[in-house]
Amino acid sequence: MSAPVLEVSGLRAYYRTSAFGTRREVRAVDDVDLRIEAGEIYGLAGESSCGKTTLIKTIANAIQPPLEVLAGSVVFNFRDQRIDMHGASREELRDIRWKRLSYIMQGSMNVLNPVRRVRHAFVDFAFRHIGRSKAEFLDIVRAHLRRLHLEPDVLDAYPHQLSGGMRQRVTIALATVCRPEFIIADEPTTALDVVVQKGVLAMIHSVQREMGSSVIFVTHDMAVHANLTDRLGIMYGGRLVEEGRTADVFRRPRHPYTAHLIASLPRLGDAAPKEGLTGAPPNLADPPPGCRFHPRCPLASDICRREVPPMTERAPGHRAACFHSDQVSPP
Amino acid sequence: MSAPLLEVDRVTRVYSSGGLLTRRRVVAVDGVDLRLDEGRPEIVTVIGESGSGKTTLARMILNMVSPSAGAIRFRGTDLSAVRGTAARLAFMRQVQPIFQNPFEAFNPMKRVDRYLFATARHMAGLAAPADIEAAADRALRDVGLSLAEVRRRYPHELSGGQLQRVAIARALVSRPALLVADEPVSMIDASLRASIVNLLRGLCVRTGVSIIYITHDLATAYSVSDRILIMRLGKVVESGPARTVLDDPQHEYSRLLKSSVLSPEVPSNGAFFHA
Repeated sequence: MSAPVLEVSGLRAYYRTSAFGTRREVRAVDDVDLRIEAGEIYGLAGESSCGKTTLIKTIANAIQPPLEVLAGSVVFNFRDQRIDMHGASREELRDIRWKRLSYIMQGSMNVLNPVRRVRHAFVDFAFRHIGRSKAEFLDIVRAHLRRLHLEPDVLDAYPHQLSGGMRQRVTIALATVCRPEFIIADEPTTALDVVVQKGVLAMIHSVQREMGSSVIFVTHDMAVHANLTDRLGIMYGGRLVEEGRTADVFRRPRHPYTAHLIASLPRLGDAAPKEGLTGAPPNLADPPPGCRFHPRCPLASDICRREVPPMTERAPGHRAACFHSDQVSPP
Repeated sequence: MSAPLLEVDRVTRVYSSGGLLTRRRVVAVDGVDLRLDEGRPEIVTVIGESGSGKTTLARMILNMVSPSAGAIRFRGTDLSAVRGTAARLAFMRQVQPIFQNPFEAFNPMKRVDRYLFATARHMAGLAAPADIEAAADRALRDVGLSLAEVRRRYPHELSGGQLQRVAIARALVSRPALLVADEPVSMIDASLRASIVNLLRGLCVRTGVSIIYITHDLATAYSVSDRILIMRLGKVVESGPARTVLDDPQHEYSRLLKSSVLSPEVPSNGAFFHA
């Protein structure tokens, strides 16, 4: 078996500030280990402020103070190149970004310049990686757009002339034009309505299957994970608390937080009231000792308040960090 | 037959943009009718895609935008006749908004309790500090919080779900008859949506406030609403009791909407998109 495309080991990334002599440390990512195999879609779920975005920023080495990586490593094994994201030089990073590792972001307007035609975005992002003449480059871009069932005319449009769904499709085309081996997708459909969302997800899925890229797909919408991802990681309070094949996680969650996430989903055709989680998400500047979920957990006992539960394998390929994993009731 | 609380009578709103020669007319809302009755509190959901005119309709009901044609009457008074500070305040006391993004609705530099106190002072007409605090506390208890938890807190100290609860409490301070909630859960985590939606249902039952719930989320609409209006390009394409409409949608667009909802079950034959 070949090495995983992405190996994250013992990653710890904190926001550290010091103002007026007061030190503050926000533990946004704490001891995260994960591996992503070639050609899989890995979903990352969790509520707002659980560290999802910080984790992918660290994976992409898009780190700016006050965010600091304190420990751990992020290693990509591309087809013919192994790169340690936090040990690589600026030139090495520049060469792989967009070509081998690209992003699809939530707000398409953050990627597309509102006062320039869409064509310029393709030139800015991808021209140097493809390394052809301008005319040949634009032919490649047009062919790529056609493959994604987009009219090549969008290249001459300004972003505001396109609808929100169309703009998001353009940013997907932009992120995949260099046929990257790894794609980071950060809530790419959260701002879209249901009909458009379905189309955009289908497009991400088909382009991923066609190119054989690996994708890390971040969203708090569990219904999207159920339909799109191969494997799923659940984050809570800066830690990964459960990971397994998506179908296994939904069928038999091994962490009480995951069980709650799945049970609380509103379903069409089911009018029974759903329970929300009581309490507030943990303050990552002063996280609770032991398991960070214990103040809101129905299964919490003394050991949960004292010790951090280790991430252990509960079934083949299914890990969870909970002392009472066997008591978690299936949905 | 009971008296109408709100009558939306063939309301149309047109926006025009562009220059003299390139003028474009956009009909945001096109001949919409809606009636809510006094003494029969209910949750009416307005559902539709982006650009279907649902927010424009909400703004007209809140008297923030005036209709281009048709009329909106609240307790028999045409909203176009609500002029002047006193009349506007009297109207706002009875019809209150809840906005989409609680982080934008509150000024980050201002303590959230001040919003509750200001509403109590201006809308509910209270003057004594003790009365103001009591009104704020009562409204917060209606949403499952208390003044003790919220006092002197800034927006960043509360989670999105808590902040949206405070926004709902603020709207309740003046004891309104109608709440207009424009996508109140779309900026909130899926895991917290359930609790906010349950809260709206509970408020309707306990305090007798009617709620116009605007959303594009069919799943929550199904679980809370009594009636539903499906809008597309400014027109109501289908309406009726929520369960009846969503269990068996008749209009082509309603069917498309329903089929686009991702089921939170993992399909047994591998993922949905694998087909």
